[in-house]
Amino acid sequence: MLLVGIGTSDDAGVYKLNDTTALIQTVDFFTPVVDDPYLFGQIAAANSLSDVYAMGGKPLTAMNLVCFPSCSLGGEVLLDILRGGQEKVAEAGAVIVGGHTIDDAEPKYGLSVTGLIHPDRVWTNASARPGDCLILTKPLGTGILATAAKAELFPAGVAAATESMAALNRNAAETAARFAVSACTDITGFGLLGHLYELAFASGVRLEVESSALPLLPDAQEAAAMGLVPAGAYANRSYLETVAFASAVAESIRDLCYDPQTSGGLLLSLPEDQAGKLLAALHNAGIAGAALVGQVTGTGGGEILVK
Amino acid sequence: MSNEIDARGLTCPQPVIATKKALDTMTAGVVTTIVDNGAAKENVVKLAVASQCGVSVEEKQGHYYIRITKGPASAAKAAEQSQTTTGATVYLITKDTLGHGSEELGAVLMKSFLYTLTETQPLPRTLMFINSGVRLTTAESPLLIHLQTLAGGGVQILSCGTCLDYLGLKERLAVGEVTNMYTIVSELSAGKAVTL
Repeated sequence: MLLVGIGTSDDAGVYKLNDTTALIQTVDFFTPVVDDPYLFGQIAAANSLSDVYAMGGKPLTAMNLVCFPSCSLGGEVLLDILRGGQEKVAEAGAVIVGGHTIDDAEPKYGLSVTGLIHPDRVWTNASARPGDCLILTKPLGTGILATAAKAELFPAGVAAATESMAALNRNAAETAARFAVSACTDITGFGLLGHLYELAFASGVRLEVESSALPLLPDAQEAAAMGLVPAGAYANRSYLETVAFASAVAESIRDLCYDPQTSGGLLLSLPEDQAGKLLAALHNAGIAGAALVGQVTGTGGGEILVK
Repeated sequence: MSNEIDARGLTCPQPVIATKKALDTMTAGVVTTIVDNGAAKENVVKLAVASQCGVSVEEKQGHYYIRITKGPASAAKAAEQSQTTTGATVYLITKDTLGHGSEELGAVLMKSFLYTLTETQPLPRTLMFINSGVRLTTAESPLLIHLQTLAGGGVQILSCGTCLDYLGLKERLAVGEVTNMYTIVSELSAGKAVTL
């Protein structure tokens, strides 16, 4: 039976096979966000695998989805992309079992991923509770720094963003699995506020975010302040109607809240008495960027106040 | 010296890069960047503010003409080109929001007030910021562009030094100058004074 479908805009579909096993299924692919083909493969794979971790599951198998301009780019470029993807899947303890390639003017890469989870331990985005604390496991700013990369500015920030995007959410998910997580989602194209809204709306709650606590990639705020903000951030801003900012929150921070992320961190909602311990556990596990960024302040319809 | 950059049809971040190149190669002057979408307009305006330039935007038939003035000489030139003279009104702005009852509404009202001031003839003589009002003249202020436009038009922008110190914002002042109570009292007697 279907445990999680499209109704709550969750990260993956979950289908119960029997009392101890449910199947997780997800797919994601996109155009290059970095120049290096191997790193592109790594980032795209990490991004696709993340949706399994966001449900609390473990990836099992994956299939390649490839669009490639065989006339204008050499075969070794495609080999590098696939090698990046394959090594990331191996790092997740899963295996690539095939894939499909079509010719296309613009290269695209990603994975369809199948994972497993115990039916009683699924993390949806629809069960955050009033009083919960919100923890984010990766710093923000990949969209802004990808724009900076196109402008050939802020190389240190761009390098940090690349490393962050290529990192698997495996460690974070496995650490959080030891705690009583209420709800979880991962932060990707709709930005922090877009995915927080999905979580809040599905859970029937309202949230508060503490902007001074947000983990940011190096150079990201400066890049945002000088106008290296992708169109997607403005699109996210005009789409969301239930967000309010305190007047002191700087414009650059607001842009970072709407900035579309590629392969972002996990956003975990869990009871207040567990949050401090989870944060310490994440830091001990080497996830230095994890931070407590807000709380669930009551029931509601997805309202978010950023202080 | 005036430069025009037609950035219509260019993908992000080309409008910002082209404008930055033009601003980097001049010590003072005016650059007008033309863009055809809201995201590009917002971004070029941000660049201008981050580069400590005055900026104003005009919309014509769905395209945005972003006029950026750079350099110490540009304040005089912008005042001359826009043919405005400052009048005699002095505003004392005592907090960073306008009115009482709702902070959120107050922020919206202050934004609207400062923007409307930039469109008013003649411009005020001086704007003086005290208490939480000094937050509006710092680098983090979302209303900085309006104050820079006013400064570019010859309006004196003064922020109380005691208040900046108290709030820990002395290093964050981004427009105008630091002032003291003697100057504030002096200015209040100089012309028509309005307290917000």
